[in-house]
Amino acid sequence: MSTSLRNNGAAAFAAAAALLLVAGTALAFYWVPEDADQGFSQKIFYLHVPVALTAYACFVWGAWKALRLLWTREARYDLESYTAVHMGVIFGVLTLLTGSIWAKISWGIWWSWGERQLVLFLILFLFYSAYFMLRYSVEPGPRRANISAVYALFGVVLIPVSFLAIRLAGTLLHPTVFTREGPQMSASMFFVFCVCLAATLALAGALYLNELTGKRLDQALRDLREAVA
Amino acid sequence: MTTEEKYVTGAYLVVLAVVLLYVVLYSLKLSRLAREVSELSELVRTKRAPQ
Amino acid sequence: MSRYAADVAALARKDVLLELRSRDTLPAMLLFVVSALVVFHFSLPEGSSDVAAAGLLWIAIVFTALLGLSRSFAAEREQRLLDALVLAPCDRSAIWLGKVVSIVVFLALAEAVALPAFALFFRPVGWETVAAVALANLGIAGVGTVLAAMAAASRARELLLPVLFLPLAIPIVVGGVGATVADDPGRYLAFLGLYDGMFAILSWASFEYVVTE
Repeated sequence: MSTSLRNNGAAAFAAAAALLLVAGTALAFYWVPEDADQGFSQKIFYLHVPVALTAYACFVWGAWKALRLLWTREARYDLESYTAVHMGVIFGVLTLLTGSIWAKISWGIWWSWGERQLVLFLILFLFYSAYFMLRYSVEPGPRRANISAVYALFGVVLIPVSFLAIRLAGTLLHPTVFTREGPQMSASMFFVFCVCLAATLALAGALYLNELTGKRLDQALRDLREAVA
Repeated sequence: MTTEEKYVTGAYLVVLAVVLLYVVLYSLKLSRLAREVSELSELVRTKRAPQ
Repeated sequence: MSRYAADVAALARKDVLLELRSRDTLPAMLLFVVSALVVFHFSLPEGSSDVAAAGLLWIAIVFTALLGLSRSFAAEREQRLLDALVLAPCDRSAIWLGKVVSIVVFLALAEAVALPAFALFFRPVGWETVAAVALANLGIAGVGTVLAAMAAASRARELLLPVLFLPLAIPIVVGGVGATVADDPGRYLAFLGLYDGMFAILSWASFEYVVTE
């Protein structure tokens, strides 16, 4: 019963993601007026920024589950936190790729240390890649669950601290000449942005629930194998 | 297509490709799980047979 | 509270005495930091600016700290002391604080050699650099102790610690380099203090979970 409900949740998220992704992309390409300064290339904004925000949401969700684990000591939160971080890394890679393409359009280079969001995601990518190494290197069990949870909590503290650090380093070493956002978002731009954000969040939700079911199945099979053998 | 349009389209395609890559990896995992289930059920059957 | 302080002091004293007896880590840290500075001299092309040297000082400090941190739980691990320590009737966070104190002592000793050597080889060291180094030590020791305990529980051990530590050390390097070269070191020192505070609270609260089931 509970399994079928969970699958329905994933299906609902996937359906919402399909609908919203199509709607968001169509609105971004055919409906919303072009940005006065940046022209057509500004449309990558409707992909890059929602993906980045979704990655943050995944990391925060993973940290929340980690906190619940340390709080309640219920083992199921371990897999949930791990899955959320896994999704966060996927969306983080997407942020790096789309951000890199945006840098190429705007300034003709694939990487710019002046682009704060990109640099932050590079640090987070390194940090959360180490999360996987840590998990694979510790024996499964409550100790690993605790260690992973503490590391995930370090992650959400590192996000604002790194953000500040990059701002400070930016003023020192790389003065910001370009800003992407331009003057102000118009109402129609903001509406399309919200649709796109909802779409990527729904996509992340669908992937998260599917991945969680897969990881639980994996775990259950491993337990079953031990019980049978 | 202008260069700008090419890059914007490229960004959308990159996202699509990564999501599809995830689907490929997930299906590999799923087929591994299916194989393990059949192995396990085989194991249970052979264990029960002598009784 | 005084009991807590006594526990922390006893644990820190134990680490320092152990090091004085075995001399495993500190001589290696001292030798490493001086060697690193000499290597850095040759890795900077002739005529490079002094500002680049300031960056290298911070690389030397971070990697020297890494060297010390990777050995910080060696005694506990080799003699399976950590499990006994966890069972001891003291607050687990006192174990963390004791380790932090001993690591700060080792780092300060290493830097007592590194900073004069840097001043001799490259450029004079101002008060703001000394302040930044002192603040960075607290952050490095606080975060590093938790990560070293994590790495000690893993199979990869020493290999894992740099991978875990370096992303978290990036803000320290930003603050340290900024305080060393900028005209207004105040904001960078404040940032280092903020880093120390946030991660100290988190590490203090979460260390218990890293060493227990």
